[in-house]
Amino acid sequence: MSVRNMTLIQAITEAMDEELQRDSRVFITGEDVGPRGGVFRATLGLHEKYGSDRIVDSPLAELSIVAIGIGAAVGGLRPICEIQFSDFIWPAFNQILSEAARMYYRSNGTWNVPMVIRAPYGGGVSGGLYHSQSVEAFFAHIPGLKIVIPSTPQDAKGLLKSAVRDPNPVMFFEPKKGYRAIKGDVPDEEYTVPIGPARIAREGSDLSIYCYGMMAHYCMIAAEKVAREDGIQAEVVDLRTLLPVDKAAILKSFKKTGKALIVYEDNLTMGYGSEVASILADEGFQYMDGPIKRLAAPDVPGVAFSHPLQEEYMLNPDKIAAAIRDLVKY
Amino acid sequence: MTDSSVQERSSAQLTPETLVEMYRVMVLSRRLDERAWVLHRQGKIAFHISAIGHEACQVAAAFAIQRGVDFVYPYYRDLTLCLALGITPLHFMLSLFGKEGEISSNARQMPSHFSHRALNIVSGSSSVATQVPHAAGTAFAIQYRHKIGLTRPDDATQPRLALTCLGEGSTSQGEWHEGMNWAGVHKLPFICLVQNNRYAISVPYEQQSAMPNVADRAAGYGVKGIVVDGNDVLESYDALRLAAERAYSGEGATLIEAKTYRPVPHSSDDDDRSYRSREEVESWKKKDPILRYQNTLLARGLLTPEAIEDINQRAVTEVDEAHRTAENAPYPSIASLYGSVYAPLEDD
Repeated sequence: MSVRNMTLIQAITEAMDEELQRDSRVFITGEDVGPRGGVFRATLGLHEKYGSDRIVDSPLAELSIVAIGIGAAVGGLRPICEIQFSDFIWPAFNQILSEAARMYYRSNGTWNVPMVIRAPYGGGVSGGLYHSQSVEAFFAHIPGLKIVIPSTPQDAKGLLKSAVRDPNPVMFFEPKKGYRAIKGDVPDEEYTVPIGPARIAREGSDLSIYCYGMMAHYCMIAAEKVAREDGIQAEVVDLRTLLPVDKAAILKSFKKTGKALIVYEDNLTMGYGSEVASILADEGFQYMDGPIKRLAAPDVPGVAFSHPLQEEYMLNPDKIAAAIRDLVKY
Repeated sequence: MTDSSVQERSSAQLTPETLVEMYRVMVLSRRLDERAWVLHRQGKIAFHISAIGHEACQVAAAFAIQRGVDFVYPYYRDLTLCLALGITPLHFMLSLFGKEGEISSNARQMPSHFSHRALNIVSGSSSVATQVPHAAGTAFAIQYRHKIGLTRPDDATQPRLALTCLGEGSTSQGEWHEGMNWAGVHKLPFICLVQNNRYAISVPYEQQSAMPNVADRAAGYGVKGIVVDGNDVLESYDALRLAAERAYSGEGATLIEAKTYRPVPHSSDDDDRSYRSREEVESWKKKDPILRYQNTLLARGLLTPEAIEDINQRAVTEVDEAHRTAENAPYPSIASLYGSVYAPLEDD
């Protein structure tokens, strides 16, 4: 199998390029997605290749980007809607919650909304309170949505292609700190990665680490570090899809290790990891060999701009390694 | 700019049969609506929200477009519009009673949240104005399909415009603005029909907007704005037909404001005596759109007193039958609560 090494964002661009090529119903809209190629360059070159009919710069209004996408999907198209930063998605929240997620249910399965909402998320980029948020937990509470957060170029490409083909609204959150920092091999041939299953990113027997997105990348670094320095074998479960959640994979790993460290970049309280902890406590009680631990951001209203404050807020491989060492003591 | 002088009288082209058919739908809507109020008073249904007073502009909207083909995003007051498009009295009665087989949602939604896939009536929520940018998005999809050659612009078997309706109160929402803005920027085949009944539940128009007319705001979006007497079927039809022709011929979006009145409370949960005088309500009842249209058709010799009685009697019979059938129908199965959360993956 021939592969190419590329960055996370290159994989995302390739996925969109291939889906635009494959299906003329696919179009992209969002702020600056046209000739500018997006502020992060996710749509780089696509306007040149597909033109302004299919790569459509939107007015600066996030609600409309999502709502127009919903209407276009109802009208038979396959929109990919880009929200420039997930921090700016809130004006569209009602459209996602009350409209996109409920259309299929409230029409008794007669109208559906096949659309993708892409949004870069996460901190550590000197973005302050409003260019750093992790927003997934708000959406993970909404039946009718699918939520995908990739951590590798291979998954990002395959999952985004699946998202475009999915007949439901899919939230596709991209770890922007990893856009260029995360590199990996991507198969040359056409492939997709199914939405739903988690991926065992690293096998181990001492504890299970549950994570996604940028934190999955950090957890892999931390796991290698504790293996090297302490001989600890951590199993890393990259959840990839948050909704619907892969309960079977979560429980299977827990059965093997009996210990769980759940790592997420969002605020601790009511974060996505709280749901993972709940699943483990509820359905994995008999495997439990230690406290179910969550490692997350402090409960302050946002990521501060000043560098040392940002570093205090953000998790990193060293903080994760320390949490691993604490947990395996049980 | 407001353009209240519609030059082309396209209503002059309507056949006598169509003119009478429009009247029939209005009468059917009124009888059905009145029955719903009675059922609520009897404690047999939980909720009703009425189209009474709005029948003229709604029937005009339905007959001005390709019914059952063009996309329609209605709001909760669009009973007459939806009956004209093909929703049946039984569909409506099943929604009032929350019974199995209800067409819009299988009774998941409250009554009057109309949806019908085969008729291209798209499901809406109770959050007002959310449907406006959806309709603009669907109009965008129509235009897109023409541009890239998926559909021919002159193929009348395919949807060629998207129509949405809302009350004037809902035009205060940002969603209305964002939808109108897209419609203007892309010159979309889009019609927004604002049914201005002067009250957002209890708040009078003067406390909603400083503009004399909602349609004046069309200028702010670069679309055509038209004010019509929403209680006049033919005047409403002329404006809506003009808007449809503009959409079909690629001239862009139209905002129509139909001035009307709701002579009944906002819904079965409202008491309008707290915010307006009985004299005001009575004065508007004299301008009842069905009576006005009936007089027009009588004057033109298209209706007779006997025909009026016959149309009314048939409407009552239809409502009786739908009422009986719906009341005796079973509720949806308990298992149905859990169905259709996600659409199944398609074979690619």
